[in-house]
Amino acid sequence: MAKLVVRIPYVWMAVFFLVPFLIVLKISLSQTAIAQPPYTPVFDLAAGWHGVRSFLAGLSLDNFAFLGSDPLYILSYMKSVEIAAFSTLLLLVIGYPIAYAITRTPRRVQAVLVLLVILPFWTSFLIRIYAWMNILQHDGPLNQLLLFLHIVREPPAWLSTDTAVYIGIVYSYLPFMVLPLYATLEKLDETLLEAAADLGCPRWKTFWLVTLPLSAPGVLAGALLCFIPICGEFVIPDLLGGSRTSMIGQTVWTEFFANKDWPTASAVAVVLVCLLVTPIVVFQYQAMRGAERRS
Amino acid sequence: MMRKASLFNLAALAAGMAFLYLPIVILVIYSFNASRLVAVWGGWSIHWYAQLAGDAALLAAASISLRIALVSASAATVLGTLAAVALVRFGCFRGRLLFAAMIYAPLVMPEVITGLSMLLLFVAVAVDRGFWTVVIAHTTMAMCFVAVIVQSRLVDFDRSLEEAAMDLGAPPLQTFLLVTLPLILPAIAASFMLAFALSLDDLVIASFTTGPGATTLPIRIYSEVRLGVSPEMNAVCSIMVLVVGLAVIAASLLTKLSAARGTPARA
Repeated sequence: MAKLVVRIPYVWMAVFFLVPFLIVLKISLSQTAIAQPPYTPVFDLAAGWHGVRSFLAGLSLDNFAFLGSDPLYILSYMKSVEIAAFSTLLLLVIGYPIAYAITRTPRRVQAVLVLLVILPFWTSFLIRIYAWMNILQHDGPLNQLLLFLHIVREPPAWLSTDTAVYIGIVYSYLPFMVLPLYATLEKLDETLLEAAADLGCPRWKTFWLVTLPLSAPGVLAGALLCFIPICGEFVIPDLLGGSRTSMIGQTVWTEFFANKDWPTASAVAVVLVCLLVTPIVVFQYQAMRGAERRS
Repeated sequence: MMRKASLFNLAALAAGMAFLYLPIVILVIYSFNASRLVAVWGGWSIHWYAQLAGDAALLAAASISLRIALVSASAATVLGTLAAVALVRFGCFRGRLLFAAMIYAPLVMPEVITGLSMLLLFVAVAVDRGFWTVVIAHTTMAMCFVAVIVQSRLVDFDRSLEEAAMDLGAPPLQTFLLVTLPLILPAIAASFMLAFALSLDDLVIASFTTGPGATTLPIRIYSEVRLGVSPEMNAVCSIMVLVVGLAVIAASLLTKLSAARGTPARA
């Protein structure tokens, strides 16, 4: 009975999370074929040891060599990392004051504010990005406001620009940044700040020397929670970005759905996972340490 | 007492909340715009909502999405709760590290990769893709969220209640069913609703794992939205915001209820 409790979810995750990854890895090492499914070879267990050998012989690194040879993929990876890194920084700068401000309010208000921050996270990504398509379109509310206030003379084009992608990302990921920051800032020992003030430390210096270093775990958690998924983001650059902004998630999507080149799509995915493995391991270590500390 | 909000703090809060909510408010307002053009305000109207009722393809997609969400959220709740119990109560079983890794990794894994790998699994075992493949994919993704939520509830659980039941001779299963389960039930209900919302919202994983005849609502919305903004889509999205918003508020009220119960009163 007790064993079943562990085994059922274990087997489920192994079959539907781990095994699919191994399949992706395998297909990334296969040749493209014009067939259905569009790749060879298919692993044939019935053929026994001989099957394993011919399977291994059929593997090739061609797809990865292809990725390296085509600047499209390299540019796409670089663009993804660049956008993810810069928007994580933006999120920190915008999210920190919000998280900090929440901790300065009375307890009761804090609970409500936290709920208000979480709420948009649960409404669809798609809808929230669509909401920005409304606002950013050529004759949309933003341009109307800018024209009305005489800030611009000609309505600027927002959609299909990197700016729109950054707006969409910051908007969508803000809860991911604010919540971990709030969780660490809320636990901050008030007496340390009082001690600093008593000793004549100015407020900005207290912030710089006491608050910020103590909130480092929250900063790290928030940055990782944002950076990793942003790297593989698809919906936001697809709907708000232009044809020139091609992030890696879009590349996987196009290779898969438009070009029907599954081995290349798999290879792109494998390289992305390798890129993200270090931050994911750090994230997991943090998450597990957090869970243990609480127990 | 230093806990006091400065003017800068309040400004940051106000700006942050406005940033989070204004776009959604604008979306809802525009869904009531009688004019087809976004730039022109044609007065209040529920015309676009009435139009939706006649859109058979959209209604079919909504019905499929709701059924997928219901089935996958139920499965994810059961599996996720088991996973949480395994993680918190079974100490260091063999393979715990791998298990924890498999629970946490999907939380941050880009959806494009999860979707792609799921699809390749379904192709490898040659099943027809459709309703059930999307259910399996959503269950897998959502159970990790469920596991994390229920786990955090189990961690601040007052163990002495369980110990008391066991001391009085209740076997482990009975203790779990009669003591533990009722106390964590609100957290479980909350995670069910969140799993439901996740499934209802998902576009990327569903696009990879779906097949003919199982077009979900987000897939349908996405194909329309790619062509540009339209008042019908404003109306659909407003309805989804309302449904999901209510589910999340209910879920958070339940979590609060859960935290109030069974936790020793803190000084």
